[in-house]
Amino acid sequence: MPQNLQGECQPDGTNESTPKIQRIKITRPSEDSEKKIAVKRVKDVEVSVPIVYGTIAFWLGRKASETLSHKWTVYVRGATNEDLGVVIKRAVFQLHPSFNNPVRVVESPPFEISECGWGEFEIAISLFFHNDVCDKQLDLYHHLKLYSEEDSGPQSTKKPVVVETYNEIVFPEPPADFLARVQNHPAVVVPRLPATLSLPPAPVQEVHESGRGDTKDHTLSPWFVNFSEADELLKLAAARQQFLHDRCKLTL
Amino acid sequence: MDAKDILLGLPKPTTTPTPHGHQLLPLPADKKSRPPKESQRKPDGISREVYALTGGLAPLMPSVDVNHLKRRAQSENEKITWQWLPFTSSARKDNLQLYHWVRVVNGVPPSGDYSFAKYNKSVDVIKYTDDEYEKHLTDPMWTKEETDELFDLCERFDLRFIVIADRFPTSRTVEELKSRYYSVCRAILIARAPAPGDIAGHPLVKDAYNISQDVERKRALSMVLSQTKQQERRDAEVLAEAKRISEARKAAKGTDELEVPAMTDTVPDDNDGAAAAVDSLSPSPNAQFTSGAIAPPVSEIASTLASLRMMRVYLRTHALEQMVQAASSSAGLRTIKRVEQTLQDLGVNLKPKVPTKAVCAEHLELRKEILTLLNLQKQLQYKEAEGSSYRDGLYAETPGTPPKRVQRAVEQDRTFVPDSFSFGGERMGKRDQKRKAPGRLLEGPPSPAQSKRPRKFKASDG
Repeated sequence: MPQNLQGECQPDGTNESTPKIQRIKITRPSEDSEKKIAVKRVKDVEVSVPIVYGTIAFWLGRKASETLSHKWTVYVRGATNEDLGVVIKRAVFQLHPSFNNPVRVVESPPFEISECGWGEFEIAISLFFHNDVCDKQLDLYHHLKLYSEEDSGPQSTKKPVVVETYNEIVFPEPPADFLARVQNHPAVVVPRLPATLSLPPAPVQEVHESGRGDTKDHTLSPWFVNFSEADELLKLAAARQQFLHDRCKLTL
Repeated sequence: MDAKDILLGLPKPTTTPTPHGHQLLPLPADKKSRPPKESQRKPDGISREVYALTGGLAPLMPSVDVNHLKRRAQSENEKITWQWLPFTSSARKDNLQLYHWVRVVNGVPPSGDYSFAKYNKSVDVIKYTDDEYEKHLTDPMWTKEETDELFDLCERFDLRFIVIADRFPTSRTVEELKSRYYSVCRAILIARAPAPGDIAGHPLVKDAYNISQDVERKRALSMVLSQTKQQERRDAEVLAEAKRISEARKAAKGTDELEVPAMTDTVPDDNDGAAAAVDSLSPSPNAQFTSGAIAPPVSEIASTLASLRMMRVYLRTHALEQMVQAASSSAGLRTIKRVEQTLQDLGVNLKPKVPTKAVCAEHLELRKEILTLLNLQKQLQYKEAEGSSYRDGLYAETPGTPPKRVQRAVEQDRTFVPDSFSFGGERMGKRDQKRKAPGRLLEGPPSPAQSKRPRKFKASDG
């Protein structure tokens, strides 16, 4: 039986002119035919989780053999190395079929898999979120690189081949419970919430038994790329200005 | 006494009609000589006058073999006369006696009923007794008198309900009359049947008359029939769109099937819903070129935003890709390549390295600006080409229309100008410069075109 929360239903797409109307929408997830529970979602508040995923591969040097030449790690981490466990329930890494148990499931952060091998291939990473976050999984793909692109001097066991990709997981209409839980968490980017919005009380945070989920002191952290939004923003803004300036002159 | 006659050796023709009637002799004005024995011979099978209609010449090929013509059977041994005789018809209740021509063979007139009497068919309308009426047929909406009257009319007019409705003393619609008639018949049938199973197969029992459905059906039919041609075309378009959308959705969602609004007879009603769905999901096909450069991307972008919001979770890069695609939906491949080339020249990554919300927004805006400017450039070139061609030749012939078209398009161009220049901050100079270009084109045209220009042009006019 669907729960009916009275008085708080708001039709889509209406302009809010009176501030006292709560912007909470009740939807019935159409895909869940089994669990017909109404999920309270918050409209117009976009929650994003900046992540970085990729691989770091070390040449094994003297210990290398034909079949095991590199040691590599594939992972998903928070862009600022915060704990992704608040959002991600588990990560499933799909490796090349030639590996034993090519489907590797990681149930707790840090979400990573380390392996040894000789070949480059595409790794499929599926992220599953907590029940109160999202019931859909998100798929990422990453190509494992073992050999560096630059002029191949002798490979070094000290300097790994690092390929990282920055991205952001966006939840356009996050469930209220989720928002309540993470609104102050460093791993999650939450915009300024409207003053009229009232969220349910946040549940007690679980502490991971296996230690911290963040990657701030990860062994590989020295190799992590620092993605700075500021650089790109500046470059873009400069480009826009320059473009208009030049082009307009040319046109006329 | 013609020289030709003497030469051709024809018998002397007579041009004046003789007192005995005219002879079938060929006139001398003919080019060819006719066979002289033509007048003596009369062809078999057709009379002489008819033969003369053909121009006196027999056809080269006989079209109908004379032997194939019908021969009256036994026309020799029988004596046929036609007589004006009286007759009666079994179809008539009165004993009216009428007369007609009868073919009498050897003095014996034909026997049997009037040959058209067999066409006098009528409907067997049920007759109920008062008792039966009391028991089964009472109805709050109908009095006994009315029902009796109805049945009487049905009998008289053979269930022609349109006529019955006309004749009915109180005003009832055709559907009401039908409904009453059929329900009465049905009730009588059921009441009189020895066992229910006997009449279970009877159509009246199986599918009873449904008055509301009938009314609805007629209404829908009249609506469909009274649709104008344009409406028909639009309906067909909408149906096709809806079909395409539903198929696309099915393909996208796989097992999760969405229901297309059921297309019933009441087409106009459903079309409203389908039309609304179609409008929100696809750009209007009627956009003009200049405004078309803006309109489809705007609705594409809106629909992309909507579909992104529908997704519970997505990656920022995915969103950016969708938005870029939507914004460039109206551009061809070459234009897109030029946009990308421009981006590279400016040192911007085609796919941002750090795709945060702000970065993606900036990236998208930059792309849109480049696209807009490229479009503008293209249009300007186009208009200039038009303008020069008009100036050269066609100009003199149709002075009225071409400048108008140019100026209308240029006015629309001007709407783009403020947007792109607001960033650069170099407003006035560029705007004037831009005006000069079209102004040059419009120097020559006669006054009617010029008077239609808005006064904003004043600066460059003088």
